[in-house]
Amino acid sequence: MFDGISTQLLLGQVLIGLINGSFYAMLSMGLVIIFGMMHVINFTHGAQYMLGAFCAWLLLNYLGIGYWPSLVLAPFAVALFGIFLERVLLRPLAGLDHLYSLLATYAVALIVEGLVRIQYGSTGLPYDNPIPGGVNLGFMFMPYYRLWVVAFSVVTCVGTWLLIDHTKLGAYLRAANENPQIVQTFGINVPKLMTLTYGFGVGLAGLCGVLAAPIYQVSPSMGSSLMIVVFAVVVIGGMGSIIGAVATGYMLGIVEGLTKVFYPEAASVVIFLFMTVALYLRPQGIFSGREAN
Amino acid sequence: MRLSLFAALIAVPLLLVAPFYFYSVTLMTILCFVVFACSFNLLLGYSGLLCFGHAMFFGGAAYITGHLLKTTPLSLELAILCGGIFSGLLGLVIGMLAIRRQGIQFAMITLAFSQFVYFIFLQSSFTGGEDGMQAIPRNALFGLFDVSDNSVFYYVVLAVTLVCVFVYYRIVHSPYGEVLKAVRDNQPRVESLGFDPERVKLLAFVLSATMAGIAGGMKATVYQFATLTDASWPISAEVILMTLLGGLGTLTGPIFGAGIIIMLNDYLAGFGEWALISQGVILLVVIVFFRRGFVGELDALARYLRGRRAATATIDANKPVQTV
Repeated sequence: MFDGISTQLLLGQVLIGLINGSFYAMLSMGLVIIFGMMHVINFTHGAQYMLGAFCAWLLLNYLGIGYWPSLVLAPFAVALFGIFLERVLLRPLAGLDHLYSLLATYAVALIVEGLVRIQYGSTGLPYDNPIPGGVNLGFMFMPYYRLWVVAFSVVTCVGTWLLIDHTKLGAYLRAANENPQIVQTFGINVPKLMTLTYGFGVGLAGLCGVLAAPIYQVSPSMGSSLMIVVFAVVVIGGMGSIIGAVATGYMLGIVEGLTKVFYPEAASVVIFLFMTVALYLRPQGIFSGREAN
Repeated sequence: MRLSLFAALIAVPLLLVAPFYFYSVTLMTILCFVVFACSFNLLLGYSGLLCFGHAMFFGGAAYITGHLLKTTPLSLELAILCGGIFSGLLGLVIGMLAIRRQGIQFAMITLAFSQFVYFIFLQSSFTGGEDGMQAIPRNALFGLFDVSDNSVFYYVVLAVTLVCVFVYYRIVHSPYGEVLKAVRDNQPRVESLGFDPERVKLLAFVLSATMAGIAGGMKATVYQFATLTDASWPISAEVILMTLLGGLGTLTGPIFGAGIIIMLNDYLAGFGEWALISQGVILLVVIVFFRRGFVGELDALARYLRGRRAATATIDANKPVQTV
């Protein structure tokens, strides 16, 4: 196809990029949902993703609970932690400058990551692949588990989008985002809605963590290293739009994968390069049409 | 302000004799971070711009200063100045892109840019990558004075710091500083008065970046090495913590904040992770309970006491009227 670069390598990197993109998309979707509803940039998102993976690891190693139950239990536990955080920390800060909630979530991330590191060390812990084997696609060997991750993340993203754009609950959410006072007068408990939103976004991060555990190693820093990329994704996609976050997430995953083929040295900066160009051309974010924040 | 003059008269002699009582490298580290924190407070405290990647200016200048000292016979003060200018230019480019978005979005854009810069430093050959830049010489000051001895160099660092803090003080108390605070408090109104808020903010961003660069260049000459850590995200977070702990938008806050955090880091250095955890806990406590920070709370307390005395005075003045 291109001089000196085999189709095999190209398609292989596109697929690997798609897997990374799945994580970018799911994490940035959670961030955007939380930001859209509460105007909080959740800096704990990375730590909560890491906690999801650690929960799965702990369940397996201490209670013998395997991957499939963990896929439900671990995000639920992380979501509960999120709800606790929202009630004791974020709600009292809600009326203040957004900077305070941002820094508070960052402080929590520091504490959580530090404590996990003290308990389990900084080296990664392995997590067994629940779906061994793979399929030969002709141009590369594709492990089944990675296919499962991509499929699962697409379903989750589409499902969440449908939930928010096409259900009554989603309508409440969007209405409360526009005008909380009016929604409150209709008898809807807006604070509870916010708590649930935060719990949901955080749960998504936890779910991501469980999905990631068999691919990447379970380590305390797995979240913080991913988060800055995810923040860039959110900025590029436009802060208010779920579709923007998801599409940008997959797109950047693939762009990153392709860069690895053509110019490997630039792979780690290509997302930020992309962000610079996007900011220059469309400062409001490439997918934000109606949102004017 | 008479009070600040009084404080300066006490502080300067103390700073002059400090190296006889404390380890001079620790003192110099504190001074570098005082400049860095002041530069950050100029941005967040006085302009309301939260830059989440200030380490790129700090670390970037450290590399540039180090590189110039290693490869050219440039004298020390010029090398540090060049570091500052480099950061100022970097700030100009990034500021032009980032200032188009506000609030939290601005914070995240600066964070992403700092990561961008970090990767560039990681991959460029002159920085030494993961190993960092070692053995940076301390070329003679003004091409004349030998400053290789730490106890002598302390006074150079002190002088630069005092100049920087004075400049910071002058910026904040200038007409421009007033416009800056006005932009922070009510941007549309400033715009209606005929100012261009974006340009006002961009200038603040460039000034702050330059000052952060001077701090970084100074740090590179103090330690005689520059590493990726200086440009990394935890340093950006640390400077936020210093400013917030000392008191946002207060003149002396960053000075106290930098001192407290550096000494704490020094003390906790042997405890590994606990240093970071304690930073997180301090940040939480400050945000939840003492949002005005150390100096801000003291200020509020002093104002409260003064207010009460004034209140009792008026009551006293009223007393004879009531008894008559």
